[in-house]
Amino acid sequence: MTRFDARRVRADIPLLTREINGRPITYLDSGASSLTPRCVIEAIDRYYELHHANVHRGVYQTANEATAIYENARAATARFLNAPGGSDEIVFTKNATESFNLLAHSWGGSFLEPGDVVLVSEMEHHANIVPWFQLRERLGIEVRFIPVTDDFRLDLSDVEGLLRGVKLVSVTGMSNVLGTINPVKELAAIAHANGALIAVDGAQSVAHLPTDLVDLDVDFMIFSAHKMLGPTGLGILWARAELLAAMAPFLGGGGMIKDVSVEGFSPATGPSKFEAGTPPIAQTAGLGAALRYLEGLGMANIAAHEHDLTGDALTRLELEFGGRVRVIGPADTRERGGVISLDVDGVHPHDVAQVLDQFGVCVRPGHHCAKPLMKRFGLSATARASFGPYSLVRDTDVLLEALSHAVEMFG
Amino acid sequence: MAGLDDLYREIILDHYRSPRNRGELAPPAHRTEGFNPLCGDEIVVYIDVDVDNGVLRDIKLTGHGCSISQSSSSLMSAAVKGKTLAQVRETIATFKQLMTVHESQLDAEGGSAPSVDADLRRLGELAALAGVVKFPVRIKCATLAWNTLAQALDETSA
Repeated sequence: MTRFDARRVRADIPLLTREINGRPITYLDSGASSLTPRCVIEAIDRYYELHHANVHRGVYQTANEATAIYENARAATARFLNAPGGSDEIVFTKNATESFNLLAHSWGGSFLEPGDVVLVSEMEHHANIVPWFQLRERLGIEVRFIPVTDDFRLDLSDVEGLLRGVKLVSVTGMSNVLGTINPVKELAAIAHANGALIAVDGAQSVAHLPTDLVDLDVDFMIFSAHKMLGPTGLGILWARAELLAAMAPFLGGGGMIKDVSVEGFSPATGPSKFEAGTPPIAQTAGLGAALRYLEGLGMANIAAHEHDLTGDALTRLELEFGGRVRVIGPADTRERGGVISLDVDGVHPHDVAQVLDQFGVCVRPGHHCAKPLMKRFGLSATARASFGPYSLVRDTDVLLEALSHAVEMFG
Repeated sequence: MAGLDDLYREIILDHYRSPRNRGELAPPAHRTEGFNPLCGDEIVVYIDVDVDNGVLRDIKLTGHGCSISQSSSSLMSAAVKGKTLAQVRETIATFKQLMTVHESQLDAEGGSAPSVDADLRRLGELAALAGVVKFPVRIKCATLAWNTLAQALDETSA
């Protein structure tokens, strides 16, 4: 294996050649969406130029090719995750949010009864909160929250109490605000010991850390292609085959049926049951290329690279700004990913981001779709910088330079 | 290219650091909340209206948000306090026009725009916010207080 070299990754990303406000772009918003390598763009182009056709049921050559691309991406996703049941456990959706809605509607709607509890956490993205609230309105379930400690970790001191009456634990693998990496494997063991299933929001963790579903022993994994060098418009739901088989369909329409008559319908089996209508085919071509690319880099290498960048950035932020810039996330880099949320004393995150933009620095201000977490820490927003496999220490240099300017300007 | 100086004029930073008319008014003063759900900014407007004479006797504001939303609310309070309701309505209309018209004029010619220049003079210190239109995502920050005040006036049927 060759040594991981972020500079080589950079050379593969066309967008990184851009200049913003007269300076080379400093992209620190991979937590929101990752940049796209040329091989992914080319795979999508190639699909449209040579293979485009609707999938399934076509008998002509290109329809077979399009179907093969689509189904190969499903198999590649299963391999990437080490899914115990192979590609029959991979459902393609339009994004991770839709995957959560599918989970709540089809699994929750089939298996939850009034009074049952879904246990989420205070650090969840709204995508892993609102669908459960919607289900609460429909079915009268309870949505319970694992608290977050002052040092930005899940507070599991009363995990047995929290698990009382719980049918599903649904937590993030890595917080999109704090960077906290949660002990998913341990949570899975505790959930199972208490008769509950566990779903994981892998939008950040699958994109930045190695994921082995056999090792983690979870029941559902949800993530999206565009956060892992793939295209937008494609989400993934992985679920154990027996769970998928028992779940009610989600959206109705073509492709998800076994039979339809004037009397009614019977649903298809396997992932198709949840994939009504023409799916995102070109996007799966892109995902397939992204997965090959990530496997070539090695997820463990990516995680180690981003871990180093994070440690360096946290140290220098503390050194240069002290109390003026507070990091909303663990100071300890163990079990922590490359998401750095900043609260700059006296400067609103929107103003921070605006000044940074002048330096070509892309960070994201706002609540990051995690308002309960913001409220927990008495904030309305943060300015969030996040790393990707193409990030360099140089990006942190520019971030710090621009931050100094913001602090000075509003000081 | 629009520079930071277009956005963060000294008057804006001054009103951000030292907001005018900050605080609350006790009932029977009218209270209206304004939210920007996208960024979480929040402004609460308290108005004390002298209905008999048609005058905005007092205005106070609380809330939190970026420098643009907070300075805009401070500048607004200074501009409308003690004015007749007709003048307040007119100032709101002129300011909101400034936040929209200017952009289309930039697109069209980029030359001088006499009508806007006249408006800018009428707006006094508020004209410092004119640069916001060059940063379209920030327009909603600048207009939050104004929309909230307009809503408060509507609610009091003033």
